[in-house]
Amino acid sequence: MSVVRVPATADFTSRLRGPAVASRVGIALGVSFAVCFVTGLFSHYAQLPDPVVPVPTAPSWGYRVTQGVHVLSGTAAVPLLLVKLWTVFPRLFLRPPRPSRELLVHLAERGSIAALVASSLFLLATGLVNITAFYPWDFSFRTTHYAVAWVAIGSLVVHVAVKLPVVREALSKDVDDDGPPAGGGLTRRGLVRATWGAAGVAVLATAGNSVGWLRSVSVLAVRSGDGPQGLPVTRTADAAGVAAAATSAAYALEVVAGDGSRSFTLEELRAMPQQTEVLPIACVEGWSESATWTGVRLRDLLDAAGVPWGTTVSVESLEERGAFRRSTLPASYADDDRTLVALGLAGEPLSIDHGFPARLIAPNRPGVKQTKWLGRISA
Amino acid sequence: MTAIRGVLGAVGVLVGLYGAWLLLSRTDTDQLLSAVVWLGGGVVLHDAVLAPVVVVVGVLAARVLPGVVRAPLAVVGVVVGSLTLLSLPVLLGREPANPTLLDRDYTTGWLLVVAVVVVAVACGTLVRERRRRGPGPGGR
Repeated sequence: MSVVRVPATADFTSRLRGPAVASRVGIALGVSFAVCFVTGLFSHYAQLPDPVVPVPTAPSWGYRVTQGVHVLSGTAAVPLLLVKLWTVFPRLFLRPPRPSRELLVHLAERGSIAALVASSLFLLATGLVNITAFYPWDFSFRTTHYAVAWVAIGSLVVHVAVKLPVVREALSKDVDDDGPPAGGGLTRRGLVRATWGAAGVAVLATAGNSVGWLRSVSVLAVRSGDGPQGLPVTRTADAAGVAAAATSAAYALEVVAGDGSRSFTLEELRAMPQQTEVLPIACVEGWSESATWTGVRLRDLLDAAGVPWGTTVSVESLEERGAFRRSTLPASYADDDRTLVALGLAGEPLSIDHGFPARLIAPNRPGVKQTKWLGRISA
Repeated sequence: MTAIRGVLGAVGVLVGLYGAWLLLSRTDTDQLLSAVVWLGGGVVLHDAVLAPVVVVVGVLAARVLPGVVRAPLAVVGVVVGSLTLLSLPVLLGREPANPTLLDRDYTTGWLLVVAVVVVAVACGTLVRERRRRGPGPGGR
């Protein structure tokens, strides 16, 4: 072969490629994408500023589990997708049929595969880069990752519809139905098992971000889990530009109720009845950690300021800019016993990076909405 | 089954078009361009770089390596190769301003995982070979 030419499907001779492995790995990949999609939809909904039906406040660890599962199933999907693409790569070089109705069907299927492959690689790549807080693109991650997820799941359903007979046929036979390879080398069963192994290793190597007892095993996790007061930080006080305002002697938390408002100095907040709650911080990036928070029950503060029960409140940070400087707390959260204006963490005053002098901590709420460096609460 | 496939196909097309509409309606031109680069870039990197490289490596390995080590090396390749690709963001990650982020020694971590995988696959292969040659413990 002296001239370089475009390969044809028949040039690929490995018996490992083909429907036997593709179907088995493909089903696992489909399941992992479905799990990612459902947990992703939940996360998207939980991040809405003011959803029509608020996310329930119980269980307090709900978002922690769904978002941890989201990132882990996406991580496990990487080896599954790579092996799946490897098994079907020769089909990229299928010659299109002559102009006819078959050509249209062929082109339609090609189009759906292109959409599926492009959107799948996009979702996994942007997700893995995003969790390291690196954004080498011009689009909004949340909007685009969400839109492309619909493209991926739609084209996946089309793909399942097209391939259903092939999958049924492949699964009706043993994966190595033509016996072991003659010259040694990997069997199809061996490749399938290696793929499961790769997905397992990928999960173990990164799961420590959300599963505490795996921390020492997860050598490739984005975070070690350490941080001030034993808790990692997503946005530091320096990054938020709040250090001066947060440590000012003139600090006071303003609670606005209708026409009136009442200010609480840090001393006054500390003099109120203190409540201790164990609640997780669960970040959209997948990391989560349970912590012991101490502070004033938000409801007590709202009572003192004359805010009636059943009121949706807006919580604002001392930050002057930033997409997450303000969050809305539905009445079910504002009135929940466990929702605190936390002043302390792990038995000490909050560190500046955890929101000193006061931060919001509520059950089952995405981390970005657990507003730090509280400046104002308004009904 | 034809009916089920028809319904699935139609639902899939509608869901996919909804995604495309979301993408086109909620992003301005600059953002869309960047999204298209990432959408197309993944396909180009896979189909024109990664997949051909894997083909060449596979062909060379099949020619050079003796049959007995081919299967274990393929297993190591699948596990280590995919793990390396998915760890590129932490392996190549820049030093972040936030000290609680990317705060592990990822190169050492990666070497450790590779070592564990190699040892595990080697042990598995030795055990299998021994069983294949000698009479199995439950053989008679």
